[in-house]
Amino acid sequence: MIKIKNLHKSYKMGSNSLHVLKGIDFEVKEGELVAIMGSSGSGKSTLLNIIGMLDLLDTGEYNLDQVPISNLDETKAAQYRNKFLGFVFQSFNLINYKNALENVSLPLYYQRINRKERRKVALNYLDKVGLKEWATHLPSELSGGQKQRVAIARAMAAKPKVLLADEPTGALDSKTSYEVMDLIQKINEEGKTILVVTHEEDIAKMCKRVVKLKDGIIVEDKIVKQVLASKYV
Amino acid sequence: MFSLDRWQEIFQTIAKNKLRTFLSGFTVALGIFIFVILFGFGNGLENTFKEKFLDDATNTLRLFAGKTSKPYKGFKSNREIEFRNSDIEDIKLNFPFYLQYISPRIQRYSISSYKNQSNNYPTRGVSPSHSYFEKTIIMKGRFINENDLKLKAKNIVIGRLVAIDLFKQEEPLGKFMSLGDVAFKVVGVFQDEGGDNEERIIYMPYTTRQLLEKSNDRVDQILVSFKPKLGAKIAMVFEKKLRLFLKNKKSIDPTDKNGIYVRNVAQQLEQNQLFASVLKYIVTFVGLGTLLAGIIGISNIMVFVVKERTKELGVRKALGATPRSVIGMILQESIFITTLSGFIGMIIGVIILKNLGDNLDDYFITDPFINISTAVFSTFILIIFGAIAGYIPAKRAASIKPIVALRDE
Repeated sequence: MIKIKNLHKSYKMGSNSLHVLKGIDFEVKEGELVAIMGSSGSGKSTLLNIIGMLDLLDTGEYNLDQVPISNLDETKAAQYRNKFLGFVFQSFNLINYKNALENVSLPLYYQRINRKERRKVALNYLDKVGLKEWATHLPSELSGGQKQRVAIARAMAAKPKVLLADEPTGALDSKTSYEVMDLIQKINEEGKTILVVTHEEDIAKMCKRVVKLKDGIIVEDKIVKQVLASKYV
Repeated sequence: MFSLDRWQEIFQTIAKNKLRTFLSGFTVALGIFIFVILFGFGNGLENTFKEKFLDDATNTLRLFAGKTSKPYKGFKSNREIEFRNSDIEDIKLNFPFYLQYISPRIQRYSISSYKNQSNNYPTRGVSPSHSYFEKTIIMKGRFINENDLKLKAKNIVIGRLVAIDLFKQEEPLGKFMSLGDVAFKVVGVFQDEGGDNEERIIYMPYTTRQLLEKSNDRVDQILVSFKPKLGAKIAMVFEKKLRLFLKNKKSIDPTDKNGIYVRNVAQQLEQNQLFASVLKYIVTFVGLGTLLAGIIGISNIMVFVVKERTKELGVRKALGATPRSVIGMILQESIFITTLSGFIGMIIGVIILKNLGDNLDDYFITDPFINISTAVFSTFILIIFGAIAGYIPAKRAASIKPIVALRDE
């Protein structure tokens, strides 16, 4: 599903440049649930952003579902993001003046799906994350866990090939974190490829594979025995 | 490209961000409103000048007599000069080349009454050609004629408003009314475009006025018109010659600035028009300034709006919004708000101008108005600049990488 070869990325900080990713080789097959770990500054979020086409790579190759991702202009990148990728952010990034249902419908709007169909699909996904009754509530009326579940529903609504979660539990207490992870595991069980960036060991253990980054290179890549989050819920 | 979905998206944004929408709409509406009002006032000023000065013939010289300020030929200074009937005859005889019309004017005020209605009006003793100078328009009956002059007839021609004031619904023609304690017969009713005051005047033969004043032959003022085809330059020559002729006749020092006064209506008019147009330029300039302030206002608001929405736009882009759709959304929203509020401001301005009408007459503003096309044009200008002002920050926002837009502060 994801193939990355010899990926380099550096940021210009005034006169000197900061080399963040120093040759990453990385592959993810369909249906995997991968945790990307590392301390802050290790480059894990940068890697996720490049995979998510929110950022551009300097050198190297990146193939997503056999489509080479290079020299993308913003329009193309937006279309690919819409078609291939679903995002879940640490700070949820829901649009605050839209209610839960409208937030979940938004990626469908950009797929030019008609309004009626949008509502139907969005409501269906809200139901999946257990928030059907909250459809007309604004984000400000939801708890952190609920917000993240709306965000996951939104990410799933566009039927992406890969779900990218950047510290999805970073802003949540542990109980809510496990609920969210439970949801992510369930989505994975349905066959969705998921990448989770985290710095929390217990969250990483709930994935099937853990990739550790240090100073811009992969230092460890192992299959782990998955801990089911439902045990803690 | 009409898309119901897009519009629904925009209406939602507008409805959910009322303060922002109100502020930008208000700025635009106010800008247009003030522009329309000021522009209207500018036109009102111009109207006032036109009304005050253009209703009279412009190829006119007005002659007045006053006191001399220099001794001459044995006369002391400070001597009172008066025009007499013979002066009019002499001017006719000596200046046939230049002269078109000539009329004396003797103005008095008299209590005028009909039945139990009475009022104080200016009465003017004139000759038939006077109607040319004031552009008097006869509505009913006739103006003073030569026969009236010869017979020193007690016939009068009254202004439209005099007729309304005194006769109410009654037909004034042929009726007798009294000026002071003398009865006159109304032979005509006139109107004048110079405003209400010009229609509250009573004309009578100047010979009749002189008869009433113990059969003297004094004249207050002489109105002289030169042939229009002569042009302004030759008119100046005429003016000079006329002045010298009268000074000579009345034994006034030719270098004396007083004694005889000649006022050239055309020159006066030119000065007044210049003044009016300068005023209009100033008012228009202030109006344009307001429009500019409106444009700057909407630009500021757009920069602020885009800044405020950076994160939202980042989210939208992460969810698959293309830069084009981001720019399109912001622009469509801003154009919608500017158009709607711009036209609201314009319409309110136009309605207020319409309703002002004559209320500001005392402030030299008559019938303020703005061409609908001017109003619409300036509204469009503001909309276009509002769109440009929105486009620049929108384009910048659309080109920001979503990762930058999403970064937590």
